Amino acid sequence: MTTITFITPDGARHDIDARDGQSVMQAALAADLDGIIGECGGSMMCATCHCYDDEGRTGPRSDGEDEMLESAACEVTPQSRLSCQIKVSAEMEGLVIRLPQSQL
Amino acid sequence: MSVVIIGGGHGGFQVAASLRQDGYAGQVTLISAEAALPYQRPPLSKAYLKDGIADALHLRPASFYARNGITLRLGTRIARIDRAAAAVITDQGEAIAYDHLVLATGARNARPPVPGLDLPGVLGLRDLDDAQRLRGAMSTARHAAIIGGGFIGLEFGAVARGAGLGATVIEAAPRLMARALSPQMSGRFATLHRDMGTELCLGRLAVEVLEAEGRAAGVRLDDGTRVHADLVLLAAGVVPNTELAQEAGLAVANGIVVDKHLRSSDPAIFALGDCATFPCRRMGAPLRLESVQAATDQARAIARTIMGQPAPYDALPWFWSDQGPHKLQIAGACLPSDAAVPVGDNIVIRFRDCHMTGVETINAPGVHMAARKLLATGLGPTQADAAAAGYDLRALAAERKATV
Repeated sequence: MTTITFITPDGARHDIDARDGQSVMQAALAADLDGIIGECGGSMMCATCHCYDDEGRTGPRSDGEDEMLESAACEVTPQSRLSCQIKVSAEMEGLVIRLPQSQL
Repeated sequence: MSVVIIGGGHGGFQVAASLRQDGYAGQVTLISAEAALPYQRPPLSKAYLKDGIADALHLRPASFYARNGITLRLGTRIARIDRAAAAVITDQGEAIAYDHLVLATGARNARPPVPGLDLPGVLGLRDLDDAQRLRGAMSTARHAAIIGGGFIGLEFGAVARGAGLGATVIEAAPRLMARALSPQMSGRFATLHRDMGTELCLGRLAVEVLEAEGRAAGVRLDDGTRVHADLVLLAAGVVPNTELAQEAGLAVANGIVVDKHLRSSDPAIFALGDCATFPCRRMGAPLRLESVQAATDQARAIARTIMGQPAPYDALPWFWSDQGPHKLQIAGACLPSDAAVPVGDNIVIRFRDCHMTGVETINAPGVHMAARKLLATGLGPTQADAAAAGYDLRALAAERKATV
C-alpha cells in the first residue's frame, strides 16, 4: 500500500491507501473520493480524471495523454496529468495530487 | 418525488449519480438484476480477461450509494411496469412506486438459429458472469472460434491470440465491423488481425456448432469448412431488452422509441443506452447506439430533464475499441453510404453532402480529438476545406479555434 494525499477543490486533504499497480484514478474511485470521474474507465478516451502533480513526481506523460488533456474542463498546466495514466508504486509514498474545480 | 431506474449498467448508474449531483432531493432507486455493484463493461473484453480483478471494475464503492442516498436493489428482477399505478413490480410481487421511471435495460446477445449454441463450451460476453466463465475457459482452451466479426468478437480475438490461443473469426458480412466502419477501415483491421495470427472467415455463415463428447468442438460453415475449436464465443450482435416496455404498451421499434429528450411514448418513462432508439439529428434518422459514452451522455440529459431543465440529447457520438495494440477510435454518426477518404493507413474521413460526418482512426488520439472538436457543434468542415488543408484535421481544428 502506498499513501497518496488528494487535495480537493475545497482545499481539504484526503489520505488514501492505494494498491501498487492500481492507477491513481482507480485508487481515488475505490476510496469514494469526489472530484475524479474517470468516464472511460482509464482507456484514455476522455479527460475526466485530470489532476495536478505539483511536485512533478509521476514521470512524463504517456503517448496520447497530451492530446486528451487538451479537452480537459479546467486549465491544463505543465503539472497536469490524467490520473488513469499514473501507476501507483512504492516510490510514490506521500505523493500529493491536487484535483481541478471540475471534470466536465 | 421518486425516480426508479431499471438497469445497473453505465447509463442507469449515471442517471442516479447525475440526479444527486444536480441536487435532486427525492428518492432514487437503482434496480439491477445482477448481484454485483454496478461495474465497468468495456474492460470485460480486454483488461479483465487478462488480470481477472473484478473489484477494479466497480464504478463506485458501496459507500458512494449510501453517501448519496441512492437505494441500490441488486439481484432484483422487474416482472412488469404498472403504468396506471406508476409502479414497477418485482418478480417477487413487490411494487416500487415512481414519479419518473428510467429504462436502462441494455441488450442481450442475439442468438442466430444455429444448432449447438447450447452446448457447453459456447460462451457469450455481455456481463461479468460471462467474462468470468470466458476467462476460466481460456485457461484450458487451445483454439477459439468466434462467431461475429464486430467489436467484442475482435477484441476477444486479440486477447485470445495474446494469451497464446489460436483464433478464428467467422463473419457473415464480407468485411469486419461492417455496421460501424468504412470499407477501407474494415480492410485495414482485417490485415491487422491476420498479422496477429487470427484467421478470418469473411462472408461465411456459421451453420452448426460441432459436438464431441458432449461439448462444443468447433463450428461448421456454410461452405462446409469445419473450424475446430474447444471454445466458441457467440458475438453476433445484440437484441435490445425491450420486453418490459413492450408489455407496458410503450412504442418499440428496434429499441424503446424515445424523443429528443429521451422520453418514451409515456412522458413519465425515459429510456437510454442500448435499449433506446432516439431521433439522431446528425444522421437524420432514428438511431440506437451501443456505447458507454452515449448511455452516460443520455443519462445526464435525462437527469437535467427530470430536474426541470430539459436539454435535448445531441452529444457527438464517439467510440473506441482496443484490439490488441490497435486502438480504433470513431467520432461522429455516419451512414453506410457516407463517402470515405483514406488519409494514409490509419485515418479515414467520412463525408455526406460535402460535409465531414465522421472520422475513424487507429492509434491517432490527436486526430481523433481534433475530429471531436470539429464535429462537436454539428456540421463538420466541408470536403473542399478539408482537402485544401491536406486533410490535416489537427490543423483545421487549430485554425477554427483561432477564428472563433
